[in-house]
Amino acid sequence: MTDVAAVRVQGVSHQFGEQGGTRYVRALLDTSLDIRRGELLCLIGPSGCGKSTLLSIMGGLLEPATGTVEVGNQRVRGPMPREIAFVFQENALFPWSTVIENIRLGMMFQGVRRAEREKRAQQALAAVGLMDFADYYPGQLSGGMRQRAALARALSLETGILLMDEPFGALDEQTRMVLGEDLSVLLSRTDKTIVFVTHSLGEAVFLADRVAVFSARPGTIKEMIEVDEPHPRKPEFITSEKFTRIRNRLYSLLHDEIRKSVSESAASARVAADTSGRRAEP
Amino acid sequence: MSERAEQRGRWASRAVQALFLVALISLWAFATTWGHVSPILLPNPLAVLHELIDVLKTGEFVGDLRVTLTELAVAFAISAIAGTIVGYLISRSAYAIKVFEPLMAGIYSIPIILFLPLYVLFFGLGPPSKIALGTTISFFPIALNTIAGFGYIDKIFTVSALSMGASNYQLFRFVLLPAAFPVILTGLRMGFTVALLAILGSETIASLAGLGHRIVHLAESMDMARMFAYITFAVAIAASLNAVVSSLEAKGKR
Repeated sequence: MTDVAAVRVQGVSHQFGEQGGTRYVRALLDTSLDIRRGELLCLIGPSGCGKSTLLSIMGGLLEPATGTVEVGNQRVRGPMPREIAFVFQENALFPWSTVIENIRLGMMFQGVRRAEREKRAQQALAAVGLMDFADYYPGQLSGGMRQRAALARALSLETGILLMDEPFGALDEQTRMVLGEDLSVLLSRTDKTIVFVTHSLGEAVFLADRVAVFSARPGTIKEMIEVDEPHPRKPEFITSEKFTRIRNRLYSLLHDEIRKSVSESAASARVAADTSGRRAEP
Repeated sequence: MSERAEQRGRWASRAVQALFLVALISLWAFATTWGHVSPILLPNPLAVLHELIDVLKTGEFVGDLRVTLTELAVAFAISAIAGTIVGYLISRSAYAIKVFEPLMAGIYSIPIILFLPLYVLFFGLGPPSKIALGTTISFFPIALNTIAGFGYIDKIFTVSALSMGASNYQLFRFVLLPAAFPVILTGLRMGFTVALLAILGSETIASLAGLGHRIVHLAESMDMARMFAYITFAVAIAASLNAVVSSLEAKGKR
């Protein structure tokens, strides 16, 4: 790779709570990663492996304990609304505003001129197929439509980088599939760099150009897997031999890590039960 | 249920409510006309109506109503301003919420009317002591709801606004305020209701003027029909004020 990475993560570690405290958690351990311009990178790993933490750090929402993140040669020290937009898991739309007001508000925060906002809002709504729902409140929409609206809000900001934190995580399988297909079509038309956190193996293989597989806590990238398939991806890709092969490879990589993280949390639960139950024993 | 059936159900329950009131007043009329109930204890509803018309016609009520409403307006204005400001300041820090919210909820749960003798001592028998009591009582629901409104906003709203570049002012004006507003509005409505209650109540205990004062004065001079007329008048005023405030609340929440 000769060109500059869109996002460069170097030696990032992070923990929550004080060392030695009961709530001390080492979330991320010495993670380094270059995200190529225009690619879709999926972060996948067991629960609590720090993939969402890494996403927040990349977007400047969280200060890493050690290490640095650079976006286009500029060190990230806080939110960068002109370069980076977020799509969160759910309910990040303001429920007191309609869909189109939500989109306008985002652009107002970002500093887009008033005259420009209306045009971009319409474009973003059209891109996600929500033209007819501009004046609906989020509470009147289904979960899938809400996430489309959240995506429209992020698209209207016209940032080079889009960070998506399990955006379809709360949706049912069918809705997820449809949204995934639409997202792939949408992305084939833009040159955005996207980082996408997910729990779903199928979603990762279907969407990603590369998948970063995380180890159990404290998380770090265990392996990087390429998915060599052009966007937009067709539903047929899911039934192809290539899809299955990559999915199985991901599964075997993840399986051990998930076992590890489950047995670890079971062990810590047992310790907690022992310490709290001790007094009750005669 | 279809919309029409729902509408019909609503009308039916309205009809039953009206019927219940009619039955109650009929019982009252019946008991006082043929039932050997002393008119000193319970005057005839027709006599009350007669007195009520006289009160309205002569405009005798204006002075007392003005006193009561002025006390209410001043008390509510003070507690609304002080309650929202104090509530907002407390809501800014998780530590302050932890310390002050239970404290305020505790004070709110004691019968604040007990402070009335103290306030009469401090401020005299006139309106200031009523205003002080009304303010004290309505301050707590307003402050508590303001804390709840600002203090428990889902973090995702703040985070997403900041990620899009919201300034501190924009965060307050377009995220925190609209998120907290419905809860604060409920607090204001509750505060208004208890202020009205406290002011009318305290006027009946120790006062120089006001609707509550007039009612007690009439009771002491055994002018029962006129006293009932004033009670009816006060109830009508209170009910319509509360209805106005509730409809403002509903409108503000949309």
